Amino acid sequence: MATQSSRFAARLMVAPSVFVLFIWMIVPLVMTIWYSFRVYRLLSPERNGWAGVRNYTWFFNSPDFWLAISNTLLLVGGVLAITIILGTLIALLIDQPVWGQGPLRILVISPFFVMPPVAASIWENLFMHPQNGMFASLAQGLGMKPILFLESYPMSSVIFIVSWEWLPFATLILLTALQSMSSEQLEAAEMDGASAVSRFRYIVLPHMTRAITVVVLIQTIFLLGIFGEIFTTTQGGPGSASSTLPYMIYKQAVIAKDIGRAAAGGIIAVILANIVAYFLMRSMGKNLDA
Amino acid sequence: MARSVTPRRKLLYTVAAWSVALLIFFPVLWTILTSFKTEASAVASPPQLFTADWTLENYAEVWNRSDYPRFFWNSVVISVGSTLLGLLIAIPAAWSMAFVPGNKTKDLLMWMLSTKMMPAAAVLIPMYLIFQRTGLFDTRTGLVLALMLMNLPVIVWMLYTYFKEIPGEILEAARMDGASLKNEILYVLTPMAVPGIASTMLLNIILAWNESFWTITLTTVNAAPLSAFIASFSAPQGLFYAKLSAASTMAIAPILILGWFSQKQLVRGLTFGAVK
Repeated sequence: MATQSSRFAARLMVAPSVFVLFIWMIVPLVMTIWYSFRVYRLLSPERNGWAGVRNYTWFFNSPDFWLAISNTLLLVGGVLAITIILGTLIALLIDQPVWGQGPLRILVISPFFVMPPVAASIWENLFMHPQNGMFASLAQGLGMKPILFLESYPMSSVIFIVSWEWLPFATLILLTALQSMSSEQLEAAEMDGASAVSRFRYIVLPHMTRAITVVVLIQTIFLLGIFGEIFTTTQGGPGSASSTLPYMIYKQAVIAKDIGRAAAGGIIAVILANIVAYFLMRSMGKNLDA
Repeated sequence: MARSVTPRRKLLYTVAAWSVALLIFFPVLWTILTSFKTEASAVASPPQLFTADWTLENYAEVWNRSDYPRFFWNSVVISVGSTLLGLLIAIPAAWSMAFVPGNKTKDLLMWMLSTKMMPAAAVLIPMYLIFQRTGLFDTRTGLVLALMLMNLPVIVWMLYTYFKEIPGEILEAARMDGASLKNEILYVLTPMAVPGIASTMLLNIILAWNESFWTITLTTVNAAPLSAFIASFSAPQGLFYAKLSAASTMAIAPILILGWFSQKQLVRGLTFGAVK
């Protein structure tokens, strides 16, 4: 249907978006690549020059680096698993005939509207604080010692907080998918004697594949860059126990003030994100019908 | 797939669903309740859901101690501004992708989305330097630009999925009647696309409002929005729970209320049009 001229006009209309995004991506990227091969320390500005690959080898030789990589993947994987499994269960429950589905949805979606620093500080202070937090009071009421969540289980605590923030997103998308299912198919299966488990496994789950794809894709994009929650709660500690790659880079840049190293870490993070993106797109791209 | 069940089962489901929903909502509720308590009852053990000594003092104190209206206004300008600017650039792009798709359109969309995968922390220093040198540091214009670019892929993607649902025949008919490209977009497409654009706008205002990496690192005083406001109230060490709660409530209330009212459109927007 498109003529030559409308095709040209169409390309022209995409151009501004592509152009600004390209600039937004390429300029900082090129600068980061440049710095990553330089000696550039804000605390000793007189020393500068080429660093070769020393900034990179510093990362690869640092035990904290591998911990940060595994923490990053743990955070993404853990939050994805929790939000999808719990989200499916909650969506199945809300989808049942219940009174007040509208208000229910409003309650469930609320954590999504809470900005990350607020969410993190609510959990840290009002709930997980070892003296005054609600969990500590509950533990004392039960005659137990309060758990030092952020000190003893820093990574699990961070995963818990981030899961709370993203659970509404997963639940609502899965719920939307559930509500578009035809009930005839399920009733037919029920009459034929299919159990609830096999009804879920063979009818409901295949129908939700696309929704789960969307959840995984969107959440991964946001989870790979998680920063504020860790900054507010554990500061990557104790030690480096809850440092992720973005947090480790931030520490190099802002606390150690070593721009060269931070830049090398940035490039590594970009490569890691691209590897994750590649596998994600390859395994899920066809589900998306873009 | 709502099916008819006995009232007893419905009651059972209702109780279960409401319990789960209240559990998820509880941290927000608890923060709001705490914001009305005195500091002493905020840390009372065992915790009290309701106290007799309600007070608005925390709000008064937070209000007096910081310039809340300025933070609030910055948040409004930055989130609405970046969303409108983003729409301006994204609508033509999404329109042409949806109606004149090329064989590279899908790759282009994926590439756009992949630019969001670059961790912000990785490019913090270059961004900081660029903002310093161009005079954009700590200005609302700078943040409007940064957040617009950050959310542009999401805006394009969402609009694209909405536009794709508009039947192409209508556009052909308009073209046959001699409508120019400009008129086609202005009078045919836009009215049909308004619900989709509204959903996109809502979601992006929320994403921009809650963004708290660039808004904190690229501002100091003048352009600092509510995310920076709340950062200045952190680390209370149990002494200022009620005030922290009041500040938190003040930071999230505007978007919470907007979200509640627009919940239906928002859920549609959240699914990126990919789930029906």
